[in-house]
This record gives sequence, structure tokens and C-alpha cells, in this order.
Amino acid sequence: MERRITISKSSIARRKIINHIMLGLCALSVVLALIPLALIMFYTVKEGISALNWDFFTHLPKPVGEPGGGMANAIVGTLTIVGMASLIGVPVGILSGVYLAEFGKGMFATVIRFLTEVMSGLPSIIVGIFVYTIVVKPMGHFSAYAGAVSLAILMIPTITKTTEELLKLVPQTLREAGLALGAPKWIVTTRVVISAAAKGIITGMMLAIARIAGETAPLLFTALNNRFWHQGLDQPVASLPVQIFTYAVAPYDDWHAQAWAGATVLIMMVFILSVVVRVVAGGGKFTVQQ
Amino acid sequence: MNNKPLLTDGMALILSYTPYYAIVTHCLSGCAGNGCTVFSQRTFIIAGQLLMSDIIAARSGTSSVRTLIGEAQSRIGDRVFYALCVLASVVILATIAGILFQLVSSSQLSIAKFGFGFLTGSTWDPVMEEYGARPFIYGTVVSSLMGLALALPLSIGIAVFLVEVAGLNVRTIASFLVETLAAIPSVVYGVWGVFVMVPFIQEKVGMPLAEKFGESIPLFAGPAVGPSLLSAAVILAIMIIPIITSITRDVMLAIPMSQREAAFALGSTKWEAIKIVIANARWGILGGIILGLGRALGETMAVTLVIGNSPYINSSILQPSYTMASVIANEFTEATSDMYLSALIEVGLVLLITTFVVNMLARFLVWSVTRRSIAGGRQ
Repeated sequence: MERRITISKSSIARRKIINHIMLGLCALSVVLALIPLALIMFYTVKEGISALNWDFFTHLPKPVGEPGGGMANAIVGTLTIVGMASLIGVPVGILSGVYLAEFGKGMFATVIRFLTEVMSGLPSIIVGIFVYTIVVKPMGHFSAYAGAVSLAILMIPTITKTTEELLKLVPQTLREAGLALGAPKWIVTTRVVISAAAKGIITGMMLAIARIAGETAPLLFTALNNRFWHQGLDQPVASLPVQIFTYAVAPYDDWHAQAWAGATVLIMMVFILSVVVRVVAGGGKFTVQQ
Repeated sequence: MNNKPLLTDGMALILSYTPYYAIVTHCLSGCAGNGCTVFSQRTFIIAGQLLMSDIIAARSGTSSVRTLIGEAQSRIGDRVFYALCVLASVVILATIAGILFQLVSSSQLSIAKFGFGFLTGSTWDPVMEEYGARPFIYGTVVSSLMGLALALPLSIGIAVFLVEVAGLNVRTIASFLVETLAAIPSVVYGVWGVFVMVPFIQEKVGMPLAEKFGESIPLFAGPAVGPSLLSAAVILAIMIIPIITSITRDVMLAIPMSQREAAFALGSTKWEAIKIVIANARWGILGGIILGLGRALGETMAVTLVIGNSPYINSSILQPSYTMASVIANEFTEATSDMYLSALIEVGLVLLITTFVVNMLARFLVWSVTRRSIAGGRQ
């Protein structure tokens, strides 16, 4: 009897030790994953700050060997392309989300739901090839339009899925109340259902915009790049991510410094946008989607 | 009757936001049947007020809704709105169909010339017009699988910590930080990778490995250069950790609390209970892993900057390699001949099909788990 108790005691001790070790390892893995995050933030800010000055935001890139210069054209280019992409992507995303949530019951809706999944898993470089074949090739040259179309394709599935999920959270009784009062379905949908879910939809939209603002691959052969201010939306246009890439692969030290500075600006843009979105979504309180 | 003004348009709109927040918080805190019914009565009233205000505003001529309330117009409005929604969905359909069609038709030249040999050929020589994609397929698959192997234990550890160990505050902060990893643009990873991580890996990992095992194990054959398969795998691991973590976390949250309680009641330790939860969530976790793989396969910029871009198969992970996405990114604008362009687009087609199969498998696995156990999940 006594022996049995000692055995089980030692086995309990062993199990408790394993318990602590494994839980400790789990906590350790969080720390391990955050090390790269801290390092990326640290180096981007450290290397970026030294090259970052007012000129960076107001001047064009200088040729190799000449110090100084900035990425003003690339910053404006990114804002232009992202803005145009949103003009295409947001309406299509929201309307298709509305379709799936409000009308989508049949075979067609199932197909669209499936294709939205497919679309969200598309490698961005593939989208670049596609837009090259349908926009760049027929037009005969690279353009801001082509860049915008490729980014729009990347943002649509995110917005569609968010819109559908949020509209489904709006209770059926709201729609019934609206219809019972004699409002046509489209008024009920736009004025009651969408406005009830508006904040969530805006959050999803902003996150999608933050994501495409940092995309590089699809712009490489759609918007291409431009060392000067672009001459129109049907001409090649510089963008921050592509400019960073071009400078990072070049063998010149002052271009590397510029690449770091560009990375700092890009990461700050994305970071500020995502913090603002979380605060807005939490009604003034910082929240994380659970 | 009192003369209190009825809700104005603006107030009604603000009110209409309220139910949404109530709903979300409600659902998050585990929406029970009773709560929902009471709640929907309230939303009913609010919806009524909203529409009444619209109608009243329309009667008094202060709102544009007036003209739209009419019977005939509302029917037209409904049709137009429905048509717009369908049109937007057709855009999605057309995009996917278009991508498939364009990639197949634009790579005809190369498909006709090389056939299946394109997948197995290991010469990539634009000068001789000789194209084989094997080095890229090898580089893509190996770098992704290595990245997955590195990311997997960490991701599951993080998910377990977030779901089972951390308190609400720690969980909020840790979740946010891990999700921030996902928000960093790919090209920033690349810049950090090529200037900071690659030299570090070459000096601290590659060189010692090559020195110790380089002679005996071909996997670590030297000389250790900076940009290599290993560097690509590490950067991919960092990039897919947030994806696997968030799916694993969601799937674990969907496992009913009673599973853990049953384990505790039988005297198990916390870790033993977690093992049961993980075992029950295994298919969903596998789905998350495959989804991470899909992301790694298609990743372009970060990998292009750190993998070294050399179109040869080398058994050593300390040597440079090339991936399908990278070769397209690097050479697409330089492709001068039609055959060159066609071959690059065919590489894209292979990549598209691979990621498609991988992603669909993943979605199916995640769906099959979360569908079953939404009801009794942990909050």
C-alpha cells in the first residue's frame, strides 16, 4: 500500500514537471516569435531615421553617386495607385458581399463563395501576370491603371468576406421590421442592414487597404517604376514598395540607405493605419479581433 | 400627443449602429438563446424608429427617400440594386476565369514546345531558348517545407499560450503583436532579411554548420554563402507564423470547454488537457498548416531578396536557389522573346495550380472542424 502511494506521488511530480516545462515552452515560443518583430522594427527605425529627412518626402530620387534625393514621386504614386484601386475594389467587394449575405442562397452564390476563397489565396505575382496580359499588353505600355487593377483584385476577396460575415450578424428581425414598414428591399439593405454593420465593414476595408499598400509583386510589371513624376495615369508610375525593392537590390550604399528610409515610411503607414482601425473598431478602445 | 420631435435622420443612423455593437459583443461573449430573443425585440424597435423617421422625413419633403418610396420606383430600385450586386459577383467569377484562361493561353507557346518536359527539365537558359522549371519547383517546395518545419512548433506553442495560458490582457497584447507580424509588408521583410538576417545566418549558422558537417553531410555542404535556401526558409517561417497561429487559435477556441473540464475532472494536468484539445483540433490545425504552406509557396518579394536567385538544383541548404515566384518577379520585364515570356507565364501557371490545390485542401480541413463545433466552443 505504502509503495503504491510513493509511486503515484513521484509520477504526479513527474507529470507536474512536464506540465510546467511544456507551458514554459509555449510562453517561450511567443517570445521567440516576437524577437524578429522587435528586430525588424528596431533596424527599420534605426537605419531608416538616419536617411529620413524632409527632402525624402519632397524631392525626386537622385542619380547614383549624388547624395540626397527622396521618394516624393513614389509616395504620391503609392497613394494614387492605392486610391484608384480602392475606387474599383471597395464597391465590387461590398456589393458582392451584400449579394452573398442578402440574396445568396442558390448554386451561383456557392460558386462565388468558393471563388472568393480561391481569390484570397492567389499569389500576388500571378495577379501581376494576369493584369499584364489584359491591361498592359493591349495598351502597349505600363500604367498606373494596370497597377490599380492588380491591387483591386487583391483587395476584393477580403472586403467581400468581411462584408458577408458582418451582414450575417445583423439580426433578421431588423430586415423584417424594415420590410414590414413598407420600405423596398434595397432601402432596407442600404439604410438599415449596411448602416448597422457600417463600422465593421469600414474596418475590413481599411485593413484591406493597409495590406495592398505594401504589395510589391503585382506592381513590378503593371505600374513598373518611374524615376520622375508620372506624366499621366496611363504612364508608368513609381510606388514606394517597388522603389524600395529596386534600391535594395542595387549595389550602392546610398541607395540601400534610401531603401531603409522607404521601408520606415511604408511600415509606419501600415502600422498607423492598422492601429487607427483597431481603435475606431473598438469605439475609442484598443481592440484585437478574437 | 406631445410635440417632441421624432427621431431625425442623423440620430436614427447613429441609433442603428448601436444594435450592431450589441450583437457583436453579444456573440463574442457566447450568445445564448434567451439573450438573443430579448435583444432582437430591442433591435426591432430601433429599426422601426429608423424607418419611421425616414418616412416622416420623406412626407415633409426633407429627404431624398421621398421619391423612392413610391411603389413603382421601389420595384425598379430593387431590381437595379440586385443587378448591381450580381454584377459585382460576376466580376469575381470573371476575374478567376480570366486568370485561368489568360495564363493557359499565354503559355501555349511554351506548353506546345516543351510539354511535360517543362516540369522535369533542369536547364533554364534564355539565350539558348531552353526552358525547364525543375530548379524553381525544387526551390519553391524545399524552401516552403523548411519554413513550415521551423514555423510549426512555434505557431502551435503560441496558439496554446494564447488560448489556454494567457489571461485576457496578455492575450490581447500578444495577439496584436503576432498579427502585426502579418501586417509588415513583404518587401520590408526582404530589406531586413537581406541586410540584417542574411549576414547573421551566414556567420552564425551557415559557416559553423558547413565547417562541422560540410564534408560528411551534403545537406550542409559549404562554402556557406549568405543568400541561400536556409535564409529563405527562415524568412518564410517568420512570415507564416501569424497565419498558422491564428487558425490554430480559432480551431482550439472551437473545441468545447467540457473537453477540458472532463480531463481536469479525471485529474489531468493542464498540459495533458491541452494535449486532448490539440488531438481533437488536429484536422483544423492541419488545415492552418497547409494554409501557411500555400502562403509560403506564393510569397515573392522577401524570398527574391534572400534566396540568391540561382537556377540550379543544389543539395546543400547553404547554397543559393530560386523559386517560381522569384523567377517571374526578376525576369518578367527582361523577357525579350515571346518564348521566354511564355515560359515564365507557364511557371506562373504551375504556381497557380499548386497554390490552388494546397489552399482548397486547407480550407476544406478548417471548415470540416469549425463547422462541427461552433456551438459548444470556448468563448
